[in-house]
Amino acid sequence: MSDASMNTTPSKAKTSLADLSDRTRRRNAAEKRFQAYGIGAIAISLFFLIVLVFSIVRSGLPAFTQTVLDVEFVLTEEQFNDAEKQLFKTKAYSGYFNDALTAQFTEAGVSVPFDAKSIERIAGKVGGTIREFYRENPDQLGQPTSFQLAASSRVDAYINGRFTRDTFTESRFLMAADLDLVDAMKTSGIIKNVFNWNFITGADSGVDNPGGAGIGASVVGSFFMMLVVLFLSLPIGVAASIYLEEFAPKNRFTDLIEVNISNLAAVPSIVFGILGLAVFIQFMHLPQSAPLVGGLVLTLMTLPTIIISTRASLQSVPPSIRDAALGIGASKMQAVFHHVLPLAMPGILTGTIIGLAQALGETAPLLLIGMVGFVARGYPEGFVNGFVEPNSAMPAQIYTWAARADASFYDKAWGGIIILLIFLLTMNIIAIILRRRFERRW
Amino acid sequence: MLDDTNLAETTVANDDIKIAARDVSVYYGDNQAIKGVDVDIADRTVTAFIGPSGCGKSTFLRCFNRMNDTIDICRVTGDIRLDGEDINAKSVDPVQLRAKVGMVFQKPNPFPKSIYDNVAYGPRIHGLAKSKADLDDIVEKSLRRGAIWDEVKDRLHAPGTGLSGGQQQRLCIARAVATEPEVLLMDEPCSALDPIATAQVEELIDELRQTYSVVIVTHSMQQAARVSQKTAFFHLGNLVEFGETTQIFTNPKDKLTESYITGRIG
Repeated sequence: MSDASMNTTPSKAKTSLADLSDRTRRRNAAEKRFQAYGIGAIAISLFFLIVLVFSIVRSGLPAFTQTVLDVEFVLTEEQFNDAEKQLFKTKAYSGYFNDALTAQFTEAGVSVPFDAKSIERIAGKVGGTIREFYRENPDQLGQPTSFQLAASSRVDAYINGRFTRDTFTESRFLMAADLDLVDAMKTSGIIKNVFNWNFITGADSGVDNPGGAGIGASVVGSFFMMLVVLFLSLPIGVAASIYLEEFAPKNRFTDLIEVNISNLAAVPSIVFGILGLAVFIQFMHLPQSAPLVGGLVLTLMTLPTIIISTRASLQSVPPSIRDAALGIGASKMQAVFHHVLPLAMPGILTGTIIGLAQALGETAPLLLIGMVGFVARGYPEGFVNGFVEPNSAMPAQIYTWAARADASFYDKAWGGIIILLIFLLTMNIIAIILRRRFERRW
Repeated sequence: MLDDTNLAETTVANDDIKIAARDVSVYYGDNQAIKGVDVDIADRTVTAFIGPSGCGKSTFLRCFNRMNDTIDICRVTGDIRLDGEDINAKSVDPVQLRAKVGMVFQKPNPFPKSIYDNVAYGPRIHGLAKSKADLDDIVEKSLRRGAIWDEVKDRLHAPGTGLSGGQQQRLCIARAVATEPEVLLMDEPCSALDPIATAQVEELIDELRQTYSVVIVTHSMQQAARVSQKTAFFHLGNLVEFGETTQIFTNPKDKLTESYITGRIG
């Protein structure tokens, strides 16, 4: 349409405000569609989150319970002395235990044949446990004592429904006849599920004893590692970013440093692991498997994240604040520390928590420096020397469990993930509280 | 020309020279923003810098307290003397200079702290107060000088950022005078303010003239005429004309000045 023809058009037809033009309708439709996509995206992610949480909790909960044989037991001093005189002492205690068990069965009105061998298959060598207890607590002799003896992993699996009689394969570890005994024990209330404190506080066990495995030692290991990471990477990272952002001259050299920091953030963590092995352990001869070394390696990994986010938050502080401080005669350092840094603090904390969370979940570098497996010597007394004592970390521990043959360790792995997530949440909550403190309105 | 403003009041009260600038040039990289400017700033006088945008008046103002040092690519040559002392000398610490030469910026920029802390910050870092009572005195005196005491005396511990724009700017002026400077630089202090707040700040500037040497950069010729005794007109980095405000606005010697103040260029 030319200008001339437009001018000759007599007048535009009057339209009502209530009539939507095609263009408006299309625009509104596009907006509606976009909102629908957004809601859809959120719904999908929520769905996956719920599935994830549900499956973690469902698979992980058995790790927090333990199948035990709860047996009320009285041992007189006579019996004790008698047993100590015998050649096979633990066998004598097993005998007392079997007597007590029979008594409890009769009391519950259940009759089922059993022998010492089947008890050993169900609950391990009970005699030893009982002897140990009375030798350490002789004052308990003659008193009724309640023993909670951990059931073997196969019994645990049967009670938790990991296999049924139909899918059961007989072995020397557990026989079909033993299942009758287990069922009888369950109905008479001897076998029950109790909360497994050992899982939260204990250390890892051997491959043949999933019931005794605990994540406590590696929680402590992770905690010490996080302390190392926090107290090294936060000051170093913040100091480096402040220098680069506020003081350093802008030249080729600082540009090069900048590019390298950004690249370091993308380096696979296993590379840092190899580096840690070569430098900290082989060259500097720091102790192997120690949280100190793990922390150092993870610090290297976390630094770029913290530096990048700190620089971003320093940049986002309006320059007018710097001018204001400098304008009334503050030195550059005073301007930065009194005014810029407090305003950048929320951003710095966010970066730090992201870095720490990454470090907390990192497995690969820890495998290389040996922070994995059955290494919790002297636990829990080793706590005081926590930084240099060999230890594991939560993700490495979970990895170890997941790789083990016994299916009961699979539960432990999931349970470990729950503990890891709780640890992470606690860290995040502390960070959020700190952030609220530092946050200032403009 | 500008009959609505009262030019009669704006006579120069003082001839002592506070700042003497000789052959000052400023470069941003290869680009010369100020080209060999000579200016004498008199004590206890308001000197206005006027000129079109980008003429370098703010840049020149920032030479007086070496704020240009904070810009990496910026280079200043020439000689600027405060009471006869070279401010660009190696022995002069810009921090001490800025305590003597205060600055108020275009956009009100109070710290995100309480009103009290905003004003007290300068005295604190310069160690001007011996005690808490001393500091309280300085804060009150400064807020009174900033003509904002009555409005904020009941909420000294409220955040300074919660004030209105005009109040914030007066708070910034109070903050600047709290360190007891000898010269006050103002970079378009009213450009973000409404006419009422502007009038308050202008009145304040006139009072500050009793104690300080004030240099104000402004876009508004009316403002320059209202508050200043001396006016410098800049154009493309050159100082075109410098003289008494009355003379500049009523009888400019330079053609360029005349066209600018009559609104033909700018």
